[in-house]
Amino acid sequence: MIRKITSKLYIICIFIFLYAPIATLIVLSFNDSKTRAKWGGFSIKWYIRLFQDEVILQALSNTLILAFSSALIATIIGTIACIAMDGMKKRTRLLLLGIANIPMLNADIVTGISLMLIFITLKSDFGFTTILLAHITFNIPFVILSVMPKIKQLNPSTYEAALDLGASHLQAFFKVVFPDLLPGILTGFLMAFTMSLDDFIITHFTKGPGVDTLSTKIYTEVKKGIKPEMYALSSIIFVAVLLLLLFSNKKNSIRKNKSQTQKIA
Amino acid sequence: MNKKTFITPYVLWSTAFIIIPLCMVFYYGFIDDTGAFTLQNILAISSREHQKAFFLSLILSFISTIICLVLAYPLAMLLANMNVNQNSFIVMIFILPMWMNFLLRTLAWQTLLERNGVINSILSVFHLPKLMIINTPYAIILGMVYNFLPFMVLPIYNSLIKIDDSVINAAKDLGANSLQTFLKVILPLSLPGVISGITMVFVPALTTFVISDLLGGSKILLIGNVIEQAFTQASNWQLGSGLSLVLMIFIIVSMIFSAVFDKDGEGNLI
Repeated sequence: MIRKITSKLYIICIFIFLYAPIATLIVLSFNDSKTRAKWGGFSIKWYIRLFQDEVILQALSNTLILAFSSALIATIIGTIACIAMDGMKKRTRLLLLGIANIPMLNADIVTGISLMLIFITLKSDFGFTTILLAHITFNIPFVILSVMPKIKQLNPSTYEAALDLGASHLQAFFKVVFPDLLPGILTGFLMAFTMSLDDFIITHFTKGPGVDTLSTKIYTEVKKGIKPEMYALSSIIFVAVLLLLLFSNKKNSIRKNKSQTQKIA
Repeated sequence: MNKKTFITPYVLWSTAFIIIPLCMVFYYGFIDDTGAFTLQNILAISSREHQKAFFLSLILSFISTIICLVLAYPLAMLLANMNVNQNSFIVMIFILPMWMNFLLRTLAWQTLLERNGVINSILSVFHLPKLMIINTPYAIILGMVYNFLPFMVLPIYNSLIKIDDSVINAAKDLGANSLQTFLKVILPLSLPGVISGITMVFVPALTTFVISDLLGGSKILLIGNVIEQAFTQASNWQLGSGLSLVLMIFIIVSMIFSAVFDKDGEGNLI
């Protein structure tokens, strides 16, 4: 009994630790005063001003476009690579997987400066494209990591059966293999999207003047004081994702309950 | 059509954006302004201010890794013993904070830790002494633990849920008490997760420049700050690359460390 209570308490303490800053930011987004230091009363004015602030909205759209397109391209490259690696000798596969893991295990700062140096050498214009290329690079490992286990679970006979039954290679892939891989692909996409959204360090080294994501915008604002509109925006994003997760979790558990009751019946 | 040809886009991509860029860091690390070979950039680590920043980074990241491990292992065990159906939910709880910007989350600790901040207000209600850690190395440790704790919890959790219950039951049937079961069965089997958790926390903590910037009051320089300033402010790419190469020795050691202990990638994040 005591053990159960202490373990519950421990989990609650860690959750408070993880979510206290988030709660703080949400509270600050309703703070009437502009400084973080004091509470000036409840107000929703930052939420209204947020939608009039073109600089922040531009940074938001940059961030979302980057996250979506880098996650999408990384998912395609990563999934294709996983399928190809499946048929390879163990040694080649391990080597390729090892290279894939470099951006994930390496320090972000080293990945950032290495990409900065290659873009300098190629004399590329630092801007949206360079950030996109960088994000795709660090997103690929997350896709491979979540698709690879699903590939290992595949039953090769199903693909062959589809071919025997007259499906073309493409048909057999999309009708038989792809649905089995889909959960892994979606997890990979979501991980990649999240990582791109949350990245600051690599963007910091690969961005050019004039192009900002939310992270780099916030970083430049740190010294002169963060605009409270940023708190409002982050709160909106956070609550939206939270609701989405709760909703999908509930849907899943309803489905699970249904199938369980069906089994019993 | 050969399935193996599908690897081409990935091989091209990783050559262009992973391997060649890393070679560039090596190249710049060993040349001077004129392009001649030099060891100066590497040896720059031994100058007094760089050495100070480097040792501080090592100490702070080491302490943070230990704290993360101590906090995460029991948590992962508790989570692993919970209802199995909730797997994805638990993972999500740790991923969810990432949807709120990492800089803002770290910055929020400023508000919490300030002299008249939230935590001190709560402490003063209970007549407890004030917590004065903002702009000190302690605040940086707190920021590191806060930011990297999920990277310790998830791999340990993943290796714990893979342990077959019958192995644990067998140990108990054979007369082991719960401490013995833990030390001789559970701990060794979860080691891959622990090792990969350690690398996933130690490497970003060692190289961070943002956390020290936001919570250290810009007075405390870590090696990450020195490298960042060399690149963005001084445009001294040679020095920045040289110092990064020294850092990479530690990164490579921890990569090898985790590869040796975790051959099958069991302690993966996802």
